[in-house]
Amino acid sequence: MGSCGAMPHIPGMDTDWLRVTPRGLYCAPGDFFIDPSQAVERAVITHGHGDHARPGHQRVLATAETAAILRVRLGDAAGGTLETLAYGDTIGIGGVRLTLVPAGHILGSAQVVLEHRGTRIVVSGDYKRRPDPTCLPFEPQSCDVFVTEATFALPVFRHPDDRGEIDKLLHSVALFPERCHIVGVYALGKCQRVLSLLRRQGYEEPVFLHGALASLVALYERMGVPLGRVRPAVGASREELRGKIVLVPPSAEAEPFARRLPDPVVAMASGWMRVRQRAKARGVELPLVISDHADWDELRTTIAECAPSEVWVTHGAEDALVRQCALDGVAARPLSLAGFEDEE
Amino acid sequence: MERFAALLDALLFTPARLGKLRLMQDYFASERDPERGWALAALTGEIAFQGVKPAQIRDLALARVDAELFAWSYDFVGDLAETVSLIWPQRPAEGAVPSLSAIVAELGTATRADAGGRLAGWLDLLDATGRWALLKLVTGGLRIGVSARLAKTALAEWSHVALDEIESVWHGLDPPYVPLFAWLEGKAARPETAGRPTFAPLMLAQALEEDELAALDPAAYRAEWKWDGIRVQLVSRGGKRLYSRSGDDIGAAFPDVLAVLPERVVLDGELLVLRDGEVAPFNDLQQRLNRKTPTAQMLRDFPAWVRLYDMLEEGGEDLRPLPFDARRRRLEAWHGAAPRPQMDLSPLIPFAAWDELRRLKDEARARGIEGIMLKRGDSPYLPGRPKGPWFKWKRDALTVDTVLMYAQRGHGKRSSFYSDYTFGVWRDGELVPVGKAYFGFTDEELRRLDRWIRDHTVERFGPVRAVAPALVLEIAFDSVHRSPRHKSGLAMRFPRIHRIRWDKPAAEADNVGALERLVT
Repeated sequence: MGSCGAMPHIPGMDTDWLRVTPRGLYCAPGDFFIDPSQAVERAVITHGHGDHARPGHQRVLATAETAAILRVRLGDAAGGTLETLAYGDTIGIGGVRLTLVPAGHILGSAQVVLEHRGTRIVVSGDYKRRPDPTCLPFEPQSCDVFVTEATFALPVFRHPDDRGEIDKLLHSVALFPERCHIVGVYALGKCQRVLSLLRRQGYEEPVFLHGALASLVALYERMGVPLGRVRPAVGASREELRGKIVLVPPSAEAEPFARRLPDPVVAMASGWMRVRQRAKARGVELPLVISDHADWDELRTTIAECAPSEVWVTHGAEDALVRQCALDGVAARPLSLAGFEDEE
Repeated sequence: MERFAALLDALLFTPARLGKLRLMQDYFASERDPERGWALAALTGEIAFQGVKPAQIRDLALARVDAELFAWSYDFVGDLAETVSLIWPQRPAEGAVPSLSAIVAELGTATRADAGGRLAGWLDLLDATGRWALLKLVTGGLRIGVSARLAKTALAEWSHVALDEIESVWHGLDPPYVPLFAWLEGKAARPETAGRPTFAPLMLAQALEEDELAALDPAAYRAEWKWDGIRVQLVSRGGKRLYSRSGDDIGAAFPDVLAVLPERVVLDGELLVLRDGEVAPFNDLQQRLNRKTPTAQMLRDFPAWVRLYDMLEEGGEDLRPLPFDARRRRLEAWHGAAPRPQMDLSPLIPFAAWDELRRLKDEARARGIEGIMLKRGDSPYLPGRPKGPWFKWKRDALTVDTVLMYAQRGHGKRSSFYSDYTFGVWRDGELVPVGKAYFGFTDEELRRLDRWIRDHTVERFGPVRAVAPALVLEIAFDSVHRSPRHKSGLAMRFPRIHRIRWDKPAAEADNVGALERLVT
C-alpha cells in the first residue's frame, strides 16, 4: 500500500484525512498516529499490548488504565508526555473530534472514534464481544468506516464459552492432584482474565505466578480488579505446588524454570488452541480456548451492528473477512499495516 | 456423546500413559451403561464404521459454507474432519444432543446413502468437539494413541480386577459390555464365557541376568530357541482365533494360519514367515503385520508359519495346571497324531551345562534366533511374568556410533528437557537419520544432554531443535532391517542410548555401511 495510501471513495464520503503510512495509520489534520509501529511525535494508543504500544513516542494519548499499563511495561519509554482521556469524553485535535470507547479487549482498551468533515471513522484496535470481568464491554458505534482487526477471521474460529474451558482446567486439576498445572497466558489481559474466571467459578486456592506476570497482576489489583490470592512460584516448594495452578508466560514450560515443578500438565489459554495441530505442535497437553479477540461470528455481528458504509480490515486473515463482507454486500478492503503480531 | 468426545479430545492431547489411564478410569467410573460400553468398544477398535467417505463429509460442509472460505480454512487447519467440525454452522439447539449409543445403533442400520443425511442431523446438534469425535468415529481410525490393551488396563486399575482376568473374558463378550461392567463394579458374577474362543493371558519370561545362572540347576530347566517373530496364541474353541501377545485378535491379517487351525485346541507359539524351511527376517513378518487384510500376492510372498512352544488346552481339557514336561509330551503327541500343515514344534535344545548353552546363544544371530528360553520342567502355565520359572536369555545387543541430529522436548516431567533424540550415521559426508531413542540415560545425563542441546542448537521447528553435528551417541539395538521410514532406508528394533560419547569426535562415528552389514 505504501505512503500514498489513499482510501477508496464512496460517493459523498470524505476519508482522505486518515491514511496508511509506513509508520501506521495517520490522521493528517490532527497530526497523530494510531498505534504506530515506530516512535512518532504524537500517538493515540488503543491498548497496552506491545505490538500496539511501542516505546519512545513523544506524546501519547490513551485511557488512564492504558497509560498506567504503559508506565509499568515501558517505564520512561512509555512516552514523553502521557495524556489521558476518559471513556466517552471527546477532545478536538486539529479539527478532528476524538472519543475513546470501550473495546472489551483488555483493561483500558479503547476504540478510537474520529469525526471530521462529516465522516465518522471508528478504529477498533483489538476487541472482543464476550463478557470479561476484567474490562468494560465493547460498545458498538454506528459509523461510516469501521476499521476492524481480523486475528481470528476464519470461519473455523468460533470460541467456545469460557466457562466450559475453565471447567476443563478445574476438572484436570481434580483428576491429577499430585501434579501442578502450568497455564501459558499472555502477561497482559489473558493472565488477569484467567485469574478472574477461576475466581468466578469458585476456585479459591492461591494461584502461583511466574515472575514475569507479577507486576501487571498487581497493577490490575490497584486499578480495582480483584483477582484473589496470588503467590510467586519462585520460592514455593515442589510439595506446595502439587495440585495447584501456576500461570506462566507462553513457552515457559520449556525453560529450566519448569523443572522445579511437580510433573507439570502443560496448558495454554489462547484462541489458537482451537486448532489441534497448533496445540500439539506446541506440546500443549491441555488446550484452553480462551481468547481476547473477536471470533468469526463476533466479527460479522459487530460489522452488522456498526453498519458502516465501508470496512477496513487490519492484521490477521484480512482476505477471508473481506470475502465475507463481499458475500454480505458490505464494501470492504484490507489495510496493509505493518508490525502487528498474531499472538494473543 | 459430549462426554465421549471430551474423553477422546483429552486422550489425544495427553501423551503420558498414566495420564491416559487416569482419564479413562474417570470416564468409566462416571459414565452410565450402555454409553460407556460403546465408548469402550470404540477405544478397543471393536466397533468401527467405514461407511462415510471423506468426500461426503466435505460435500456436507460445502453445502453450508462458501467454498473459498472453506478452502482457506482447510489450508490453515490441515485436517478435514477437524476443519468440518470447526466450520460447521453452530445452530441454536433444536433437539437433544445424541448419545453415542443412539449414534452407534442408527449407523449400524444405515445404508451408505442415508448415513450422510443422518450425519448432518447430528452435526447440527453437537458442539465442535462432539462433531470432531463423531467425524473421527465414522471415518474409521480414532488415532488417539490408545491401544485396546491400554483401555483394558484402565478397566483393571479402576475396578481392581486383574488385567489377566479381564483379558480372559474379553473375547467372549460383546459391546456394550453391560455384564462386564456389572462384574467389574462387583454387582454381578464374572460373565460366563465357556465355549467361546477367549484369550488365555500368556506366560512370559523374565530377562536373565547372567550372574543369576550360578544359582540355577541346569537339570531343572529345558532350553528352547527364542525365535524372532511374534508370540501368538491359537484358539480353537467355539470359533477360531489368532491372538497377539497382548490379546488383540489379529486373525484377519493371517487367514492362512486360521485355515489350518485344527479343532478343539489352544496352542502357544511363534508366528513367523518361513520360506523353504528357513525363518525369514522379522521385516518380512512386519509386512504382514502392517496389513489388516493381506492380498493374495502377500500370502504367496510372505507365507506365515507357526512354530509351537506349548499346549494350553486339548479337547476341552485345560492343560495349564500340568508341569511343562507333561504339556510338552501332550504337544508332541498331538503334533505327531496327524499332519499339521504350516506348523512345527520348536525343538528342545539338549544341554548339560550353562557354558554350553551360552556358546549356542552367541552363535544364534545368523539363524533368525533372538536368544534362548529357559523353562523349568515342573512349571505350570501361569499368566503374566512370574519370577523364576521362565527366563529369556537374549543374545547381546548390537551397537553403532551415531551422531545426534535433532532433539525434541518431552512431556510431563520431561517437558522442560530435550529428551527425545534423532540420530544419524554418515553417508558421503552427510548425516542420514537412522532412528530415534528416548531412554537409556540417567537423570544426570539427561540434564547434561539438555544443556548441550541448548548450547548447540542451529535451528528450531516448534518443539524440535536441530543441533550441530558434534555429539556421538552409541546406540544399542536388537536388529536392523530395511525400511522406507528413514532417509537411510534402514530402521532399528529397540534402539536405546547405550553410552554418550562426550569424548568422541563426530567424524569418527559410523557410516551407513557399518549398519548395512548388520541388516537381517
